[in-house]
Amino acid sequence: MTIALDRRRFLQSSGAVAVAAGLFPRAAFAADPLTIGVIYVGARDDFGWNQAHAVGVKALKALPDVKVVEEENVAETDAVSKTMESMINLDGAKLILPTSFGYWSPFVLDEAKANPDVQFRHAAPLWKPSDPTNAGSYWPFLDQAHYIDGVAAGLASKSGKLGFVAAKPVGIVLRNINSFLTGARTTNPNATVRVIFTGDWSLPVREAEATNALVDAGCDLITCHVDGPKVVIQTAESRGVKCCGHNADQSSLAPKGFVTGAEYKWGTIYTGYAGLIGKGQPLPNFTFGGYDKDMVQNTPYGAGATEPARKAADAAIVKLKAGAPIFATAIKDNNGRIVVASVPPDNYADVLNKMDYLVDGVIGSTS
Amino acid sequence: MTDAVGTAAHLTAAPARRGSAAALRLRAASEYVVIPILAVVAASLIFALFLLALGKSPAAFLDLLWIGGFGSAFSWSNTLSRAAPLILTALTVAIPAQLGLTIIGGEGALVLGGFAAAALAVPFVGSGAPAAVVLPLMALAAVAAGGLWIGLAGLLRLKRGVNETISSLLLSYIAIAVTLFFIEGPLRDPASTAKASTLPIGAAYAVGKMPFLKVHWGFAAGVVAAALLGVLMSRTTFGFAARITGGNIRAAQAQGLPVGKLTLACCSLAGAAAGLAGFFEVAAVQGRANASLAAGYGFTGILVSFLARHNPFAILPVAVLFGGLAAAGGLVQRRMGLPDATVLVLQGFIFVVLLASETLYGRFPVFRISGRQGRA
Repeated sequence: MTIALDRRRFLQSSGAVAVAAGLFPRAAFAADPLTIGVIYVGARDDFGWNQAHAVGVKALKALPDVKVVEEENVAETDAVSKTMESMINLDGAKLILPTSFGYWSPFVLDEAKANPDVQFRHAAPLWKPSDPTNAGSYWPFLDQAHYIDGVAAGLASKSGKLGFVAAKPVGIVLRNINSFLTGARTTNPNATVRVIFTGDWSLPVREAEATNALVDAGCDLITCHVDGPKVVIQTAESRGVKCCGHNADQSSLAPKGFVTGAEYKWGTIYTGYAGLIGKGQPLPNFTFGGYDKDMVQNTPYGAGATEPARKAADAAIVKLKAGAPIFATAIKDNNGRIVVASVPPDNYADVLNKMDYLVDGVIGSTS
Repeated sequence: MTDAVGTAAHLTAAPARRGSAAALRLRAASEYVVIPILAVVAASLIFALFLLALGKSPAAFLDLLWIGGFGSAFSWSNTLSRAAPLILTALTVAIPAQLGLTIIGGEGALVLGGFAAAALAVPFVGSGAPAAVVLPLMALAAVAAGGLWIGLAGLLRLKRGVNETISSLLLSYIAIAVTLFFIEGPLRDPASTAKASTLPIGAAYAVGKMPFLKVHWGFAAGVVAAALLGVLMSRTTFGFAARITGGNIRAAQAQGLPVGKLTLACCSLAGAAAGLAGFFEVAAVQGRANASLAAGYGFTGILVSFLARHNPFAILPVAVLFGGLAAAGGLVQRRMGLPDATVLVLQGFIFVVLLASETLYGRFPVFRISGRQGRA
């Protein structure tokens, strides 16, 4: 998935950014509780994508005058349409948060058309101005947290050989790999990232094989971008190498080798939506941001994070919060080709969103 | 006794005897209704204990089951939508079961059928070809693809003696892999990056919803297919021959029944049903072919068919029960804070108790047509 944000939309939605800033007086909620329906494609305790959302929803549940109804293991078929309708008809939900990519078309779009007085916000950057205005997208820039992983990994790894188990060679994944390498190079200029693509979002057996192969190739720190990183983290721990997480908090799976992990902070967005509705204000159609908007975070350091690694990562987080870019100099891919000669300070401008390459220092191929 | 008296007595006695025969038959048939209902009740009681152990109220669960599955027009629409694909995939299991074959590869036939329908429709998108032509062609492609696939399992059984349960399951994985190859490769919509799909078939070739029910036409197709196949299996020489073969293949062969043709025909019909389910998943639900076609309907269909004792007519109520459980399952999750697996636990209890209840058939004198026969 390429992050399909263009410059104009970025400017249009700059108001949306306010959502993430957490500037909402909680006292302003209406007396009637707002019912919010959340739909997960897998189990809420999967140590991955779904768990990250469930953690965000927990923050939502803590708000007064908000009632949350949740349904897990909802397939990307008719089932999700019926679940949305059921939440609207039987629970009186006014805001629906379907959290899986494949829910969007046709299911969320159709329900949004059929229920104009209900708001739908979906966790992928897919909304276009031609789509229903009561629908929308939200999308945190997780590559910033992967960059921090890299900063810590550059110092936590002894060999500087880092391993990355990736699902598919698509934009969003490539960007996380490239950011991880870029972060690692800030603390260890000789660091390399060896990547293995498994081919799909959830293939536990291949994820274990890939992790083992990376360790066998000499990598002493493994991270990943797959739906549920549990297998990768556990395999890395059992092989006695260090690891960085992805999506949610996996520190408990690797008590010895866990360094830190790239985590979404969906709660910022969710409580922001509830706040806007409570104040009777319209929801933005597009909400996005990274560390600057408190939409991503890194897992608290584990035993694998050395003191210098922690310090370097903390310092890098401060910079990202202030809006510093990840990519500042010309970007060279791992075939030696200059892909972006002049990098704009806004790292999410068009020229960087079409990331279909691996940067210099990554060992692997997109095809 | 004179003939005249005898005839008269026969004439007067006949209606009474016929009436009581019908009553007896009804009583005998009711065994197939009463025992499953008792089994479901027993499973529910076990499940109630399970809920009590979790500290949840069985009454509240039952209440939600009713509200979510059957309590309103919306709930019925929800239930029937979820039942629609299950009817067709259950038929995929039920028809070969008459022959004594256990086919469990409906999932692959569904996916392949859906893919065939989408692949056929995509070139027509924007061509202005009328839906009245393209939709039947899509359905035909889906039915043919599904029928060929399960027919292949039948052929392997026939020619090579390959176990059809294993081969249909393995063929199912191949069907899904082949479909994914095309979806992620030559037939991929370039716009579908994170979730590979074919190009959308568009509104022109979409199958709508049935009036009033708000359920797509796949449900009606399932009902019609179940009825047709039910009649075929219980009221025709074809069905009779199939059941003889299922009962004793050597006897069937000795009688000169075309066992080979029956096997191929039943397997192909079975695959056609799953293919049709795939057609509706593409034309009425997804609007394109993608990995979501493999949503597990083929596997749930196995359960439905077994619970219906492979009777095509009984598949309808069982599929509706499963649809209702799935529909209510969402509400149970939301209102009681129970995990999704709760409804699976109930399904599991029902399945085990129903299978165990098989031994009860013929043990209750009340269902016997003749006491003497029953005791014999």
